Amino acid sequence: MSTHVEGRKRRGNRIPQLAPLSFTVITMVLFVLFFVMPGGLGIYYAFTDYRGVGDADWIGLENFVELFQDKDFYSALIRTLTYTVIVVPLGYAVSLLSAWLLTSPRTKGAGAARVIFFLPWLVSPIVAGVIWRWLFGESFGLVNYLLSLIGVAPVSWQSDANLSLSVVVVAGIWGGMAFSMLLFSAALKNIPQSYYEAASIDGASTAQQFWKITLPLLRPTSFMVILLSTIGAMKEFALIQALNGGGPGTQNYLMVQYIYSTGFERAQIGYASAASVILMLLLLVIAGIQMRFDKGAEYE
Amino acid sequence: MSTTTPRRRRNREPGYWIPSALQTAVLWGMALLFIVPLAWFFLSSFKPAGELFRYPLTMFPENWSVAGYETAWSRYDFALYFRNTAVVAIVTTVLTVIVSAMTGFAFAKYKNRWLKVFFICILATTMLPTEVIMPSTFIVIRDLGLYNQLAGVIVPSIITATGIFMFRQYYRSVPDELLEAARIDGASEMRIFWSMMLPLAKPIAFTLAIFSFHWRWNDFIWPLLVLNNPNLYTLQVALRSIVGAENIDWSVLLSASVISIIPMGFVFILFQKYILNADLNSGLKG
Repeated sequence: MSTHVEGRKRRGNRIPQLAPLSFTVITMVLFVLFFVMPGGLGIYYAFTDYRGVGDADWIGLENFVELFQDKDFYSALIRTLTYTVIVVPLGYAVSLLSAWLLTSPRTKGAGAARVIFFLPWLVSPIVAGVIWRWLFGESFGLVNYLLSLIGVAPVSWQSDANLSLSVVVVAGIWGGMAFSMLLFSAALKNIPQSYYEAASIDGASTAQQFWKITLPLLRPTSFMVILLSTIGAMKEFALIQALNGGGPGTQNYLMVQYIYSTGFERAQIGYASAASVILMLLLLVIAGIQMRFDKGAEYE
Repeated sequence: MSTTTPRRRRNREPGYWIPSALQTAVLWGMALLFIVPLAWFFLSSFKPAGELFRYPLTMFPENWSVAGYETAWSRYDFALYFRNTAVVAIVTTVLTVIVSAMTGFAFAKYKNRWLKVFFICILATTMLPTEVIMPSTFIVIRDLGLYNQLAGVIVPSIITATGIFMFRQYYRSVPDELLEAARIDGASEMRIFWSMMLPLAKPIAFTLAIFSFHWRWNDFIWPLLVLNNPNLYTLQVALRSIVGAENIDWSVLLSASVISIIPMGFVFILFQKYILNADLNSGLKG
């Protein structure tokens, strides 16, 4: 503001106070209404027996005590963590590999392949669930049919909990890869070609170039991809709804579905909020750990 | 130079063609794995119901049929679901772009302690998706009188950290002198924004609009929670009710699912360049 002409000075001093407020007031109201209030209310409800109607009576830690004795809660928590630990690294590897292949000058037909890799982005999680459910149907799916051709007995993709989750993993990678691939492609294109030329003159192999040049330079993007896909995996809901409904039974309920079924199907808002608080803390811890790693990268 | 060129080419051959073929093979192997599920789903939707489960399965329908589409269209009110989804996606997108631009502009061009704090708050929302706190968010939506209204899906999804980032990053690259010049000319801050800054950021607005439309078109959880009246169902919620049935009518489900993708297909065909070349890094990294 120091460059202001004198005549405008008084106005110039006033504007920067009010103008940013008028530009951000809508965001502020929405932020308070749909982030601060639900966050605060959620923590409050977690200590009450609120059922959506009537009074919310303070019951202290009762919800949490009950939660830690609830087999279904542990199951959902462990299932969510298992799913995240599998889907995030696999999704990372697949999207990085495809982005690397797509941007490598040695690969032929990259343009068409890029469109193919991107198509699942158009498909909603619900429809993605339909597609993979159709493909992995036990008695009618293409996969079991192809297996039968080579003499393999039908695999119980729906009725076995672990196999069912592995289908979710594959579908999750398929549906979520496009976005990460875009991030990686853009970052790979920003790496100067001269780095690689210099490295090949020094006799570095492609693999060496990848590990020593590409991967370190992709670190900020890797951080972004891992953070976003971790959050995405922890809140997975729609895909599973259509793919197997959390089944067989309730064995593949993930956290958000657990919160949904206790909070909305059983109307235990207080109890579901307690589960929400746990998930919230978990996400904060994960984000905190990843931030720490990223900090190290920034100051290198 | 002329003596080194042939040598380099000779050296390049074994080291070049083998990895090149290998890379191309891996890439197309992956591409095949990616497209088969989609192709199988799409082609199956054109099979008559009797052919869907008949062994041996064939990739292409023996008798092409649109019976599934006809049943889906007549049994469910798809025109209505389309309209609801379109209203939600379009209205939210317009509001998201405007609000994100204003907020991003403020974050980029004004220096204030509270703005910095607020910016960090917005950053934090990426770490805390609302699905996580859905019971209490639902209560807030209900107590605002937005339950069972399309507005109940629209209003909570207007602010997105990604959109605000994208504009903030963009406006930071706009020189301050431009702003100062307009101020000296006596333009109010609001006028500067609407007549100068918003048109300037057209490419960002466009990219965000495409992404926002995509997010809202495919949204599931909030429409599911907020819209209880079948007349307000969006496509995703309607599809869920078909797939959640005891006995799934696959013929109808497959066709209905294909129908629901058509608008996104058009968006992709029209804006392919924008989508595939979007430099999301600058937008997302803040």
